[in-house]
Amino acid sequence: MAVDDRFSFQTPETGEDELVGTRSEIITGPVADWATDFSHLEPEWSADPYPIQDDLRQRCPIARTERFGGAWLPTRYDDVAAIAYDTDRFSSRSIILSNFRPPRELAPIGGSPPISSDPPFHRDARKLLLPAFTKKVVARQEPATRAFCHSLIDSLAGRDVVDAAHDYAQHIPMRVIADMLGFPPQDGPQFREFVEDLLEGINLPPDDRVERVSRLFDYLLAQVHDHLDQPREDLTTYLIDAELYGRKLDPSVVTGAMALLLIAGIDTSWSAIGASLWHLAKTPGDRDRLVAEPGLLPTAMEEFLRAYAPVTMARLVKQDMHWHGVDMKAEDWILLSFPAANRDPAQFDRADEVVIDREVNRHAAFGLGIHRCVGSHLARMELRVALEVWLERIPAFTLDDPGAVTWSAGQIRGPRTLPLRIG
Amino acid sequence: MRSSAVKVQINPELCQGHGRCYDLAPGLFGDDEEGYGRVLSDGAVPPEAERDARLAVLNCPEHAVELLEEG
Repeated sequence: MAVDDRFSFQTPETGEDELVGTRSEIITGPVADWATDFSHLEPEWSADPYPIQDDLRQRCPIARTERFGGAWLPTRYDDVAAIAYDTDRFSSRSIILSNFRPPRELAPIGGSPPISSDPPFHRDARKLLLPAFTKKVVARQEPATRAFCHSLIDSLAGRDVVDAAHDYAQHIPMRVIADMLGFPPQDGPQFREFVEDLLEGINLPPDDRVERVSRLFDYLLAQVHDHLDQPREDLTTYLIDAELYGRKLDPSVVTGAMALLLIAGIDTSWSAIGASLWHLAKTPGDRDRLVAEPGLLPTAMEEFLRAYAPVTMARLVKQDMHWHGVDMKAEDWILLSFPAANRDPAQFDRADEVVIDREVNRHAAFGLGIHRCVGSHLARMELRVALEVWLERIPAFTLDDPGAVTWSAGQIRGPRTLPLRIG
Repeated sequence: MRSSAVKVQINPELCQGHGRCYDLAPGLFGDDEEGYGRVLSDGAVPPEAERDARLAVLNCPEHAVELLEEG
């Protein structure tokens, strides 16, 4: 049997590959006018983006900023949907908006396929992952997830105040994805650093960013080697062995897909679980109703996903064009805010209210079109089990100090400090 | 003639595998090995499942689930 030497290369010392793209000036500081100078990295946005989005939807539905080398922010559902569906004019080559545009030659694969891929490669890369993330397949993780949630609650015993984001929500997706990828469960804290480096360190100096990204890929490569030595039944071995177009995957596709599953699987569910608990802690009527009517949880959960959708994506404009009233230039970013779309009153009745028995809820929390979140069934399982176990074990809880709640900055939004009084 | 007045179908060009139909109406919809929705049996909706069928239609983010009302 031939030795698999795809992964025996040296990683470039400074991530030379990444340096071929385009860097733009880093602009930070208070926003002058959200219509012309928006930034999703400023504290005002992290703390509460919805009034900003509602205001923009009224007066400037495709907002602009010169930060990040130029970007647009559509806030109407119809515009967000149109961009998500239009893969001819909007590329997914980079889906995290930053001060660095990767080289155009990176399309159609992108750095973390298939989320960063455009047609036609996208479809084939996605086909590799879909069977591992169907509702039936992820249901196999449910008993272990439930047991793990119970063990987290057990560990809170004796405390009156707990941090539900730090002590509960974050650990659940970390454990689940580590199990699925076959990584050591005790590596969880490292995953958190990777996530923060990639998703929150947007305005750090570019060399710092490159350095942080290479730390993640060094880790992934070490896991690949561990799996080459000891193949096992998990997603890492699956990706190492997977074939596309009759040959095994390029090593960068293997590690890119692993990076995607690790990063995209953690921050997102962590945010959704945390935001749901935050809402219930400050809304005793909804909390008590869900405790009394557990059968309503699947419906309520969709409403939490609509109202507090954690995920915003990005696109890059392919060509200069006049689009829905604005002049877009090639390489302009689009901040594709599914959260803003989900609160458009033209699409949802009582869009700004959380209605936990909302039965018709065509929200876009998991995206629209070909890039529908590949992990959506896993995310829904994690969110449902996390909330079921919490409400069963801790039916009475309130915000200990509303002012102490903090939210993540950047494209994935959720509580990162969430002190709850449970005593 | 024993035929239901209401049928469901999924437009495979639009379906992206969100799974809302098989979440909300598991008696009418299932999934394939990649998670895309599929109609179980011939799509005929028994009267007692009509409400579920309508919910599946109204909750599909891609507008891929259709309800056909026959005369």
